[in-house]
Parts: sequence; structure tokens; C-alpha cells
Amino acid sequence: MSDVAAKIKQIVVEHLGVDEAKVTPEASFIDDLGADSLDTVELVMAFEEAFNVEIPEDAAEKIATVQDAIDYITKQSK
Amino acid sequence: MFRLDGKTALVTGASGGIGAAIARALHAQGATVALSGTRRDALGALAIELRERAHVCPADLRDPAEAEKLVEAAEAAMGPLHILVNNAGMTKDMLALRMSDEDWQAVLDVDLSAPFRLARAALRGMVRRRAGRIINISSIVGATGNAGQANYAAAKAGMVGMTKALAQEVASRGITINVVAPGFVVTAMTDALGEAQRTKLSESIPLRRLGQPADIAAAVAYLASEEAGWVTGATLHVNGGMAMI
Repeated sequence: MSDVAAKIKQIVVEHLGVDEAKVTPEASFIDDLGADSLDTVELVMAFEEAFNVEIPEDAAEKIATVQDAIDYITKQSK
Repeated sequence: MFRLDGKTALVTGASGGIGAAIARALHAQGATVALSGTRRDALGALAIELRERAHVCPADLRDPAEAEKLVEAAEAAMGPLHILVNNAGMTKDMLALRMSDEDWQAVLDVDLSAPFRLARAALRGMVRRRAGRIINISSIVGATGNAGQANYAAAKAGMVGMTKALAQEVASRGITINVVAPGFVVTAMTDALGEAQRTKLSESIPLRRLGQPADIAAAVAYLASEEAGWVTGATLHVNGGMAMI
């Protein structure tokens, strides 16, 4: 697992208080991890802070799964 | 009841009559308070009067950047913020036909946009901590309108709608957001009226007197307390019965 993926997983586990095993790449924040819309906003803000990137609203809307987040952050940090 | 020991509160417009009374009331209930406003001398005098648990955080809310930074400054002084009281406000009265765009915008900026920015900044931490209270000070004029105050009435009514939207966004996190809508209170703003106008005003109030700043402060202290934990998105009208809504 890449550093980015590990860090994202850690943020998701901490923020949503879910079991680490449930945080698979294909897991959807809302459908599988029990996040509500405010959680997803908080997650995006946590990603922005952790990776020192800015995620515009139209991009944030497309981040629905753990893999979506990993892909977006990986692309931004290149 | 209604104790606020160990809580922190940021009060904007604390150099004014109502704001100072709100700060005193929250402080008397045990809260640590951050006093904000533009008049440093008045804020300093209030901090000296309160002696302990009082911090001065001057800010000019006409400047969007200062509004953003104020919550940071208050948290740097006191630690995580529990209570935000958006009390600062201004008027630039004029019949609409003669009201300039500048006077319209200036009142909207300070009375509506600044409270939004402060709420947004405060909510970042409150949402994370799953607790918080925001109390927005509107006005009877926001509900009834008032000739010569199209800008002020729009801002104060806007505040009510904003409060309800924000309250719904963060209710799941145990944060409550409410409005206190004062009627005519004895302050520098009402002192500007003549004696005859003030008497006439009193006669139009069922409880037969203008409000005191402490009347408003008591409502704020209640909404800030743990005991008000099931009240959100509400408007508490404190107006001597002038408008029963």
C-alpha cells in the first residue's frame, strides 16, 4: 500500500470510527462506512489538511470511495 | 441551572450595550469570554471590570479577513470555542428611495455576511468536537420590517433563514444554533431617538417599557446553556410583547 493510501485509510478510520478492515479501496464512504454528508465534507477537509492540497468542490463531489480519494490525492501530489 | 463553568464564549460587538450585557451574563454563569469589537478602550474597560476569564480580541468585521481570523484569535486565547454570539451589528438608516448601494451593502456585510463567516469558522471545530452553541442576535425589525431600514431588516431577516439552514446542517453533531430577536432596547441606538419618540415607543410596548440589555442577555445565557440542548433553529423574541410572533 502506498503512503498516500495508508494515510487516507488512517484518516477514514479515525474520523468515521470504523473498523480498519472495512476501509477497503472500493468502500463507499456513505454506503459502506456510514458517513453522512457532513462527514464527507469533513473527510475532504481532513485530506486537504493532511496532504496540503486544495480539493475544489466539483472534485470533492466525485470522491465517493476510498480509492477515489487515493487516486485524486496521488494525482495532485505528483 | 444554566451554568457555563469551563465553557468559552466569543461575543462580537461586546463594546456595545447589548453585547457587553451578554458578555457579563455569560461570564457570571462561569464562562470564559472573548470580547470582540472595534473600540479597544471599551473592550479593555469591560475586561478590567470582569477581572478574570476575559480576553480582548478586537476585530473590524467590515473586513472579511478579520472575521475569518477572529475565531482563531479567540481560540488561541481561550482554547476550543464552545459558544459564539453574533451580536455585532450596525445601521445606516435611510428611506429606500434615497438609500445608496454602499449603505445597503455595508449593513449586509456587517450584519449578515460577517455572522456567516464567523459561524463557518467556529463550526469547523465544533463539528469535530461534536458540541457547540451559536446564538445570532437578530432584531424585531427582521420580522416586522421598519420604514427606513430596508438594509437592516433584510440582514436581520436573512440571519433567521441562515440560522435555520445552519442548524439543520449541524444538528446531528449536537450543535445548536438559535436566534434572539430583541425589540427596542435602551442602547446608544435608541438614545439617538428624542424623548418624545422614546415615550411614544414605550406606549406601543405591551409591557410598557423599553428593554434593558440584561433582558436580552438572559435569553442568550439560556440558549448557551446545556439545558437548552433541545432547542435549535428557533427564534426567541424578547420584545416586551411588541410583536407576538
